[in-house]
Amino acid sequence: MAPIIGAAFKMFVPFIVILPGLLALALLPIKLTGEAAAVASGGHSYNEVLPLMLARYCGPGLLGLGITALIAGFMSGMAGNVSAFSTVWTYDIYAALIKKDASDSHYVSMGRWSTVLGVAVSIGTAYLVMQFLSIMDYVQALFSFFIAPLFGTVILGMLWKRATAAGGFWGLLAGTVSSVGMWAWVKIDPTALRYVALSPNARDMAENMYRALWSWIVCVVVTVVVSLLTKPKPVSELTGLVYGATDIPSEDNVPLYHRPAFWAAVVVVIFAVLNVIFW
Amino acid sequence: MEPDTSISIWFFIGISLLVNGVLILGAGLYQLVHPPPPAQQVVLYQLHANVWWGAVLLLIGVIYSVKFSPSRTRLES
Repeated sequence: MAPIIGAAFKMFVPFIVILPGLLALALLPIKLTGEAAAVASGGHSYNEVLPLMLARYCGPGLLGLGITALIAGFMSGMAGNVSAFSTVWTYDIYAALIKKDASDSHYVSMGRWSTVLGVAVSIGTAYLVMQFLSIMDYVQALFSFFIAPLFGTVILGMLWKRATAAGGFWGLLAGTVSSVGMWAWVKIDPTALRYVALSPNARDMAENMYRALWSWIVCVVVTVVVSLLTKPKPVSELTGLVYGATDIPSEDNVPLYHRPAFWAAVVVVIFAVLNVIFW
Repeated sequence: MEPDTSISIWFFIGISLLVNGVLILGAGLYQLVHPPPPAQQVVLYQLHANVWWGAVLLLIGVIYSVKFSPSRTRLES
């Protein structure tokens, strides 16, 4: 059920990201520009919409709460990502592949140092973001690098019993590398846009969308091919992990509004309607 | 069996809402009595958003702090 609740909230993200900007466009007396133009002219960029709107409408007390909420949002996102970085590095890579027989205190200390390194890397990425027109462009580019191929890996891993670990690894790697490669290709040679986004006049968002689509296809194709060429895992090891190898509990006595399939259908219908409206 | 001595997370959320409500409502009421000069007023000042939002936060804070207070939840269990 959790992924379905997550999917419902995920559909709000475009509204949360875009609505304040549209409101600011209609309500703010100043003209917002891109980051580079704002730095050059001393004006405000559209990345500053939320603080500008808060300062305009919220008096003492509410302004503090709004700023606190913004900072809390940044901090929780940062804390979640940094702790995930530290855990994945320490447990899944360092302890699993590099140093298998160290003491707990060694792994704790490695976790702490990787947290410090993770924070330093994330500060470094802030300078990378400055190259992009807006945070939205940056986020979409990152999504096309990592989330789109990861979606291919996850969906195949969940639904296809024949998928293997090697297939998943090489598929994800190929999808991510091809996505970053397409991004770099267009940066070096802007005429490549007509191949990546199927149009020489494509805007950044269209390019991000097509890049995500190609990287997903590359990931799925490579995963399928490598999986077919490698030794499959026995079905007994896949129980509870893959759809076809897991016993699904009967839902005969469960009311409709408690069934995940019902809510999944609701989410799919809303998703389709939103896409038709905002196409 | 040991009695459950844990405190509900909703109690702390209630306290947080309550404190924010008191501060924001207090600031709003102070501004109502001593209005800032027009140049320093926020847009739509006449709607007194901090009074309304402060009151809403205070109300929800009181409900949550009372409903999930440690003494009450222990009595129920």
